[in-house]
Amino acid sequence: MISVNPKGEVWVFAEQHEGKLEDIGLELLGRARTLGDQLGVKVGAVLIGDEIKGLTEKLCHYGADKVYILEHPLLEHYQANSYGKVIYDLVHKYEPQIMIYGASPCGRDLAPRVASAIKAGLTADCTDLQIGDHETKDKVYKNLLLQIRPAFGGNIIATIINYDRWPQMATVREGVMPMPEAMTARKHEVITEKVHLTNDDLPLEILNEHKREKKVNLKASRIVVSGGAGVGSKENFRLIWDLANALGGAPGATRAAVDLGFIDRDHQVGQTGTTVRPSLYIAIGISGAIQHQAGMSDSQKIIAINNDPQAPIFDVAHYKIVGDLNEIVPKMIKAIKARV
Amino acid sequence: MAYNCVVLIKQVPDTKRITGEAMNDDGTVNRGALPAIFNPEDLNALELALEIKDKFGGKVTAIAMGLPAASTVLREALYRGADEAILVTDRRCAASDTLATSYILSCAVKKLDYDIVLCGRQAIDGDTAQVGPQLAEKLNIPQITYVEELISLEKNVITAKRNIGNGWQEVKCKLPVLLTVIDEANEPRVSVAKRLMKYKKARTPVEIQMQIKNDNPGASEDEIEQLAAMKTKELEEKGLLVKQWDLDYIKADLQWCGRDGSPTKVHRIQSVVLTARESKTIEPSENGIADMIHELISDKTIS
Repeated sequence: MISVNPKGEVWVFAEQHEGKLEDIGLELLGRARTLGDQLGVKVGAVLIGDEIKGLTEKLCHYGADKVYILEHPLLEHYQANSYGKVIYDLVHKYEPQIMIYGASPCGRDLAPRVASAIKAGLTADCTDLQIGDHETKDKVYKNLLLQIRPAFGGNIIATIINYDRWPQMATVREGVMPMPEAMTARKHEVITEKVHLTNDDLPLEILNEHKREKKVNLKASRIVVSGGAGVGSKENFRLIWDLANALGGAPGATRAAVDLGFIDRDHQVGQTGTTVRPSLYIAIGISGAIQHQAGMSDSQKIIAINNDPQAPIFDVAHYKIVGDLNEIVPKMIKAIKARV
Repeated sequence: MAYNCVVLIKQVPDTKRITGEAMNDDGTVNRGALPAIFNPEDLNALELALEIKDKFGGKVTAIAMGLPAASTVLREALYRGADEAILVTDRRCAASDTLATSYILSCAVKKLDYDIVLCGRQAIDGDTAQVGPQLAEKLNIPQITYVEELISLEKNVITAKRNIGNGWQEVKCKLPVLLTVIDEANEPRVSVAKRLMKYKKARTPVEIQMQIKNDNPGASEDEIEQLAAMKTKELEEKGLLVKQWDLDYIKADLQWCGRDGSPTKVHRIQSVVLTARESKTIEPSENGIADMIHELISDKTIS
């Protein structure tokens, strides 16, 4: 661990694969920028890989004051041990006060390994990050990172802090923080770090890798039509697809619907799925657990259809329709086809 | 060639079944009112360990850390095929975050002879997926997270397929290794009737003592202790003892355990209060719905 260091920077792990920056790192830089400005400290992006110098400028455009670049042939492919080791060294050298990672498969593999090595705290899947004070019986801790996340099946919102063993670290899912505007006039400072690694730091041999396109691009859709467990069956989920098609939107789902096998996990909206901010979100047969709301409540317009008038989804809806989705959805499709 | 597997399992509240009765008046969750279950993905981890044992031989040891009641999931592990069950329980474990938990578990695992450590990807009460990688770091062994398939295991080298979200990766690694297993990996076997009949009698020392207290209301402390010691020995001989380890036994350094060992602290817990929006109630009739669609088209929400 490092000691409490209020002058320390705010860092973001800037994930890249095959020489291409992932959106998540840029999104996190937007929030890191806000946090850094509030604290009056610089924002750093940590960029790891091989032959990746070309990516530094973009990171500065999205909010980094500096980019710490760690280049080495052994870092070409991500591994928790090798990446974890260089981050461990970097953290001890510069002592940042905050470090944020994407809650991507890579970030969720890496961040806990780093946290354990540093003996620092880590909060997973935060839905918000703020700066605030924490009071105990005998002390006030100023300007801590408030790590906010739904917990316990979404029945509570927990704010986690870390006041004595720094850095303060958190992971955030892709899409949770809005993508900042690029500022191409921003100054561009790059700090090249020496990398010391041997083959012992790469215990895994990557034999084969297959990437597939996501089955749906929920983030880019203007309209998202989501179904929950209330839809009842995979067959009945056809209704969700039909309405989405009629509207030119994308089909989404709750985790419950995905777990029940109604639709592929790529379609999951919520804290552990995709966060969406469409013009129109239609929630069908969805009760509205807080983890689901975390992924859709920023939508501009929300229509909720549920047969339970007490369903929490109605609290965030702009249009509430209480009734049987099997009757309502076909009526909607009919009305849309009649008008468009 | 045989491989020894250690599976970390957790007893969790069934968060999917939270109802009004399980909420306290202040909006917090009353854990006691929820059914406690075997964390779902830990069943997949156990299944993978049992498959390794079926194919290559070796021993499967299940470890759970938690309250004395967590012995229930250890018995379930025995019903399904685990050879040994160990409960790590100690009041000083309370309020451990993922870092302290992984430290305590690492002290327990280090007491065993292992080739492969397996955990579920994540527990449904926190969904953090942190303890697996943290435990691997504490044990100073590599990790393969999100395992969806074991491809091969030979001469102390494992090859596995891991899910990387938008695809998969095949990786190879020398043992020892820690795997976190996802639900797509397998279909966990159910309890075996014969094992269930045998292991439903398995008990931890704490449970033995409580039982003897109940059965002998007038007995002195000494007598109870004596009877408990006898019963413990008897169960151990029959292979029905669920071992119980405390922090002293696993030689855990207390500064890394419990609240003191946890860098993350709770600043605030809020029950979920939803602020109702300005909203319209739409009649589920053809006219009601057509009007709503019309409104959304006129304000260009639907183009």
